[in-house]
Formats: sequence, C-alpha cells, structure tokens
Amino acid sequence: MPLRLLKYGLSRDYRVSGDIQATPELKPAYDVVIIGGGGHGLSCAHHLAKYHGIKSVAVLEKGYLAGGNTARNTTTIRSNYITPEGIAFYKEGVELFERLSQELDFNVMFSQRGQLTLAHTEATMRSFHMRAEMGKHMGTRTEVVDQKGVEELCPLLNMDYGGPLEILGGLWHADGGTARHDAVAWGYAAQASRRGVEIHQRTEVQGFEVTGDRVLAVRTNRGRVACGQVMIATGGMNYDVALMAGVELPIRCYPLQAMVTQPLKPWLDTLVSSVSLHTYLVQSSRGEVVIGGGSDPYQLYSTRSTLDMKEHLAEGAVHLFPFLQGVRLLRQWAGITDMTPDYSPIMGASPLANLWLDCGWGTWGFKATPVAGKRMAQTIAEGRVPDILKPFALERFDTFRLLNEMGATAASH
Amino acid sequence: MKLLTCPMNGPRNIDEFQSFGPVRARPDPNATADRDWSRHLFRAENRKGIVVEWWRHVPSNYFFLAERNLVSNEIIRTFDASELRDRA
Ligand SMILES: Cc1cc2nc3c(=O)[nH]c(=O)nc-3n(C[C@H](O)[C@H](O)[C@H](O)COP(=O)(O)OP(=O)(O)OC[C@H]3O[C@@H](n4cnc5c(N)ncnc54)[C@H](O)[C@@H]3O)c2cc1C
Repeated sequence: MPLRLLKYGLSRDYRVSGDIQATPELKPAYDVVIIGGGGHGLSCAHHLAKYHGIKSVAVLEKGYLAGGNTARNTTTIRSNYITPEGIAFYKEGVELFERLSQELDFNVMFSQRGQLTLAHTEATMRSFHMRAEMGKHMGTRTEVVDQKGVEELCPLLNMDYGGPLEILGGLWHADGGTARHDAVAWGYAAQASRRGVEIHQRTEVQGFEVTGDRVLAVRTNRGRVACGQVMIATGGMNYDVALMAGVELPIRCYPLQAMVTQPLKPWLDTLVSSVSLHTYLVQSSRGEVVIGGGSDPYQLYSTRSTLDMKEHLAEGAVHLFPFLQGVRLLRQWAGITDMTPDYSPIMGASPLANLWLDCGWGTWGFKATPVAGKRMAQTIAEGRVPDILKPFALERFDTFRLLNEMGATAASH
Repeated sequence: MKLLTCPMNGPRNIDEFQSFGPVRARPDPNATADRDWSRHLFRAENRKGIVVEWWRHVPSNYFFLAERNLVSNEIIRTFDASELRDRA
C-alpha cells in the first residue's frame, strides 16, 4: 500500500464510523419522544437538536428506519396547490429542498426539473387557470401553457390531436422537482444522530399512559418510556396510534400504489401527470420510469399490489408515451396512506396538552418532510403553534374550516 | 381480479362496483350539535377490523351492503339494504 495513503488511514482525524449509531438501550425518560422513524419524525428530531438545542430526543421506530411511506413514495415535490394556506406552507417546503443537500451535508439529489400537469378537458383547464393565479399571487412559479407550450416542454408526449384524450394544455410548475427519498431520511437521521438524538429501531409504541390531559409515558415492546412531549408521525398508522392515546382522527386508510420500469436512457426531463388518466411519470436518476396514479378505490390496510392498478397505470403511461409499450416493469408496490377528508395534513395540537400531531399526510407528505419537521420542532420547542401551521389544526373539522386540496392533489401527489 | 358477490347480480369483478364507505348512523338534524355533525361528516370507521359498508353495482345502479375485513380484504358477506332497515 502506498505509504502516503496509509498516512491518512492512521491519522487521528480518521474515524471509522457509521452514519447512524446502532439502537442503544432505552432510557427511562426523554424530553421529547417522536413516534415514527420516517422522514417526518427524523426531520423533526434534526430540527429539535440543531435549532432548538433539545438533545434528549428519542425517535421510536417499529421497523427499520424510513421503511414506511418515505421508502415507498414517488418523490413529487411541488407547491402548486390551490388554497393560500396550502401554497404558503408547501412553498416553504420547496425552498427548504433547494438548500437541503447543504443543510444535511449529504447529496439528496434534488432535481428541480419542473412539473407539467396535463388537461384533457376544458373543466381541467379552468381549474388550472385558478391554480396558476393563486400560485402567482403567492409567489410561486406556476403558469398555464397551451398545446404548443406542452409540446415544447415535453416533445415526446402523444398529444392525441382530434382524439378523445386530446391534450388541451397544461399547468407548468417550474418550482416542481424530485429528490432521493432515502437520502432525505438518512441525511436527517445522520445529522440528528450526530447531535445526540437516539434512534431506536424495532421499537414499537403499543400504548400510552395518560393522566388528565397529559401523556406521562408511552409503552413499547422494549419497555416504558416517560416523556415530556410526544409527537405522532407514524404515516399510515397515524389513525391507529392516535387512537391508542384516545384521540380519534378524521382519517381513513387507503393503499396507494406505484411501479417502475427497467432503466432507460434519459428521455423524460420533467415530471408529467395527467388528471384525466390518473397517471403520472418521472424518470429517476437511474433511468427507471416511476409511474404512479390515484389511490386504491376502497379503504384497506393491506400493502399487496394489485393487477388492476398495474393495468390501469400501464394503460395511462402507454397512452401518454406509446413507445413505452415494450418496456419491462421491474417492481410494483403499495403503501398505506392516512387520508384526510380535505386532502390537507393535520399538524399541531391534539386534545392532550403534550401530544403533538404530524399526521394526515396521505399521498402528499414527502415534499413536506423538511418543512413539517422544521415547523413541528418549533411548535414542540416553543409549546405554541406558529401561524403557518394554524390552518392545519385538528379543530378545523369541528369548525368546518376545511382546506380543500383534493383537486390539486388527486392526480399527482 | 377480485370478485364481489352482489346480492342481485351474483359474483362479478370488483371493478364493476363502487365503494361508498362504512355505514354510519344519520344524526337527527334538529337535535345535533356542530361537533356531532362534524363527527358524522368527517370521521368514518377506520379501525383494523371488520366494517359494514355501502357498495353499488355500477351497471345496474343497485346499492347493497358488504361486511369486509379491512386488513385481509376478505369479503365476509354481502346483503340487501332491507336487512339493515329490518335490524334498526
Ligand atoms: C406509493 C406512494 C407514492 C407517494 N408519492 C408521493 C409523492 O410523489 N410526493 C409526496 O409528497 N408524497 C408522496 N407520498 C406520500 C408520502 O410518502 C408520505 O406522506 C410521507 O412519506 C410520510 O412520511 P412520514 O415520515 O410521516 O411517514 P412514514 O415514512 O410512513 O413513516 C412512519 C413510520 O412510523 C412507523 N410506525 C408506525 N407505527 C408505529 C408504532 N406504533 N410505533 C413506532 N413506529 C411506528 C412506521 O414503521 C414508519 O416507518 C406517496 C405515498 C405512497 C404510498
């Protein structure tokens, strides 16, 4: 071995270390217990430790790190929603993604390539005009493009001129993009871990000890853990876990499926989605075409993929890009999504004073991993919900102040 | 393809049907507080277990009920809506 190389290996500055420590022994108590080691829980832990100096934090994850919906999502990042409250929140989310690789000292492969949503009906065009105006008003880059504009942005699309699914125009969102989901979760985990946050894998919360309006402790398969503050960020299990604390959330669980093709040479450089076909496509950095669509048609807690959905997504994809017909599929999978009635999340306080909710992320929560973690950490540290989160409170259902994002969510998460 | 046995049309592919979600008792409009309306509208049964839910056979526009396991997706039985009325 060249001596010059050995010099580095033997140097005192050289540490052999994994990014994330092995699961330590559980302590009897922590200032903050975060239930769920997906992107959201890990992001909150990072922000608590880095920006609020709270180090006594335990993330309890029943399986392995970020193996829930964080691992299963199709990584659409965007802020072209329709309510001003929604756009303001997701806009901050996109801005955090723009700086995330620097923040985490880890390449999350954020690629801001823009998102093109297609309209095949006049009704969809009208809804695009509304979203574009709202988006501009809120300071995002969202505009309506005509047929020529669509062809320029995505020349390989089948425009279906004169056909039943003729593309009439699109919603072009230059701020949209994609990032590597595992890198986001592991980047947050590594940063949090470095600052003393304990990440406990294979640690399942099975119950809560509640006295009056406070959670005293959570019960896990590895013992009891007393907690100052608790946050629930358990993705598809949010309804279940909140119910253990006596909190009934307005959530119904539906599977959401996606699939990928074999790797192809780069040909698709925007995110493309079609409202009418309920199909969207993005090409990953490995060249695989990721294809997703709408939720399964009925409530279910099973992550089994279905032939129906495979056929549906293949039909949509081949219609938009007929040359995909001969391409092989590599994988298909499903995640359980915690759907709210208005397609907006539930963030902030719960009926229990020290139990905080980061729930109801349904089919759209990956893009909010940085911003939800940042704002929930602020909430927990200050004991007060910041203005930007207030519209997402659980009480909005009792006061009938819903934040309806269904039209801006169902076709491309 | 999953089959659903329609009480009127017999076993058919499940994509001929539309789910209308779990059955919920309708509150009395004259004697219901806002909170209970909110519960009725926004909170449906979502426990890991068996639900009774409304389904519609789309081509015949026939509404009926099914008992289904939300975890295994097993359809335990289907029955005509009159059974629900008779039970009440
Ligand atoms: C197919 C698919 C495509 C999607 N596409 C997009 C997209 O393009 N863009 C987008 O923004 N969003 C998308 N989403 C949604 C997104 O994946 C989620 O909203 C987001 O990942 C939620 O992150 P999370 O950290 O809250 O939850 P998760 O990543 O699910 O993490 C929750 C964790 O909690 C753990 N847990 C559960 N119960 C317990 C317990 N009792 N004790 C301890 N731990 C527990 C789980 O094991 C899990 O690891 C998609 C989802 C799916 C399924």
